[in-house]
Amino acid sequence: MVCVDWMIVFSGSDLTCRRGERLVFADLAFEAHPGDALMLRGRNGAGKSSLLRLMAGLSEPLTGTIFWQGENIRTDLPAHRARLQYLGHQDAVKPVLTVRDNLRLWASLRDVDNSDAAIDHALKALGILHLAKTSGRFLSSGQKRRTALARILIGESDLWLLDEPTVGLDRESCADLARIIDEFRAGGGIVVYSTHIDLDVAKPRSVDLDEFAMPMFDWLTTDDENHGITADTGDTRQSGANQGNAAGKTHKSRSTPSPDFTGIA
Amino acid sequence: MHRFAKPSVFLRLASAVMPWAVGITVLTLAVGLYLALVASPADYQQGDTVRIMYIHVPAAWMGLFCYVGMAICGAMSLIWKHPLADIAARATAPIGATFTALCLITGSLWGEPMWGTWWVWDARLTSMLILLFLYLGYMALVNAFDDPERGSKAGSALALVGVINVPIVKFSVDWWNTLHQPASVARMGGPSIDPSMLWPLFLIAIGFTGYYVIVLILRIRLELNERRIRALQLSGIGEDAPGSVQPVYNPEQAGAGE
Amino acid sequence: MKILIAILARDLRLALRQGADSIMVVAFFIVTTTLFPFGVGPEANILARIASGVIWVSALLAAMLSLERVFQTDFEDGTLELLSLSPVPLELVVLGKVLAHWLTTGLPLIIAAPLMAVMLNMNSAGFGTLMLAMLVGTPALSLIGAIGAALILGARRGGVLVSLLVLPLYIPVLIFGAGAVEAALLGLPAGEHIQIMGAILLLTLALAPLAAARALRLAVE
Repeated sequence: MVCVDWMIVFSGSDLTCRRGERLVFADLAFEAHPGDALMLRGRNGAGKSSLLRLMAGLSEPLTGTIFWQGENIRTDLPAHRARLQYLGHQDAVKPVLTVRDNLRLWASLRDVDNSDAAIDHALKALGILHLAKTSGRFLSSGQKRRTALARILIGESDLWLLDEPTVGLDRESCADLARIIDEFRAGGGIVVYSTHIDLDVAKPRSVDLDEFAMPMFDWLTTDDENHGITADTGDTRQSGANQGNAAGKTHKSRSTPSPDFTGIA
Repeated sequence: MHRFAKPSVFLRLASAVMPWAVGITVLTLAVGLYLALVASPADYQQGDTVRIMYIHVPAAWMGLFCYVGMAICGAMSLIWKHPLADIAARATAPIGATFTALCLITGSLWGEPMWGTWWVWDARLTSMLILLFLYLGYMALVNAFDDPERGSKAGSALALVGVINVPIVKFSVDWWNTLHQPASVARMGGPSIDPSMLWPLFLIAIGFTGYYVIVLILRIRLELNERRIRALQLSGIGEDAPGSVQPVYNPEQAGAGE
Repeated sequence: MKILIAILARDLRLALRQGADSIMVVAFFIVTTTLFPFGVGPEANILARIASGVIWVSALLAAMLSLERVFQTDFEDGTLELLSLSPVPLELVVLGKVLAHWLTTGLPLIIAAPLMAVMLNMNSAGFGTLMLAMLVGTPALSLIGAIGAALILGARRGGVLVSLLVLPLYIPVLIFGAGAVEAALLGLPAGEHIQIMGAILLLTLALAPLAAARALRLAVE
């Protein structure tokens, strides 16, 4: 079924995502080779975070599959979790623990051999080694963000999923982040990130989520015809399926976003 | 897109089942109540009070039956992620809670003339009371989330935990009861029941089951419609965004990309 | 095992640094127990009669009081999301956190229980059994409570809700815990009660981490 190009390590096809009762995006596909950076763009609510959560295996897509080297990530989630590092909206920095103690848990969960050295290395890369003994409550929001970013450097990983990594970072930190990302990519890692400001990453591939937005109304009408409450004879269902296809096609043909959409993004 | 895992199949099945369920319910309840209230003999000890049992015992059965049903739905939703299972579990809870409450109320009404008190910490009644608490907990949990789907999923997990707990509670309450109260209290529905009493009991139990099926179908339909309305409202909010869709869906116009 | 210890150590450290949680639980336990003599009168015989039940009910409520916080802070600051994305099984994480909860709340309660037993005029013959029963019973309370605490994440009115969910599930532990003490006070062997409580503990030890981990995955989904 899946054409396995071994160079395409991380890919997804036919992805539909629903958050709560709202359809976020539909028919989304992506692929990434080792060393790639995938930049997710889109309006607020276009589903950047949702897509990253799907990629991490936190939530399950309504339809579609995400593959790692040709294998569905959901068949072996622990293995997928072992290879990825995820940065969410929240920094998960405990106010009563020092920066080092905060990071130590993640080192032990990933079974890092020399955790102190690994933490030192990560802190140095983000320029917060001097804060190692500061407790979390005294950190500024930017420093907390950098602590959270230091976490993703601890332990081996092949895939970084970064949700708005630049929030709260100053210009120098953004440069640091861009450099770290490029180093990781040079080692064959794949980075997927969402951001509102431009991060100076070399040649990212861009995925514009607005292209895959499916207006709720379209979706509801297709669904109505398929599994209608009132229409429940076989014939109506048949014609409904056809109409559903038609809607899907028209939707795809609109892949160039209308001027209105780009204005928002 | 299997948003409701083809509710059309369910809805077709439901509308086929509905007339039968209504027919069976009306028939069995009518005959059962006639037998229970008029045709069956009064108990030589309990007198006419025994007739309360014809409601009490089937209600107790239904209380347990609904909880097990809820747990089975919960298991189906967790294993196969079937969205209808969640809705069914959610729809079952109030029905089961009502039957359990009915069982407790009739038990109390029966207890007043028989034991001279409205409430006795009898093992069975106490177990039913705890069952009612489990129902209330489930309903509170399911309704405590902003996203109804999230609530249903949490509820399904709770129902499974609860169903493992029900026999343990039953066992421990029995133990507690024998420890604190010697079995001198008259038990309801003792082991020897005359066949003339058994028939109305079964008929009413079947009637209650039919009633459960009817209400379950109605509630599931209601829930499906509610979700649909919410989805429509959500899409209405979405229309405020630029590049919105026309109120009347038309593939040709949408295809034009304007 | 290493992971379990890492989680346990971190949670213990957090509890100690954030302070006061264990002290509050014990204080709550003592205050609640003290309320009963005001309610039923200070007559020594009556108090001695109800002592085991009162101590168990108060311990139940005190253990429940701190439940909400087992996962709540981790849920709010994003730690839970990361824990569920770490390669270690979430069940293990739950077990570590429950163990930390028990060490910071259950254990202090066991130490405070004989004190309250003295104040309620309980016969000293029951003290040993009371502590033994609590030693077996309170871990089960923490384990069952963890399911409730995990289920209510993200819900409105979490604190009240968790009590409604968890208290009915606590009833068997209460029955056998209080029953064991009463048996000991009557001079009967309490071994059977303790054995049944042990069975309940083993069952919850096997099932509660599974259920709680499942509930946590729902919460971060």
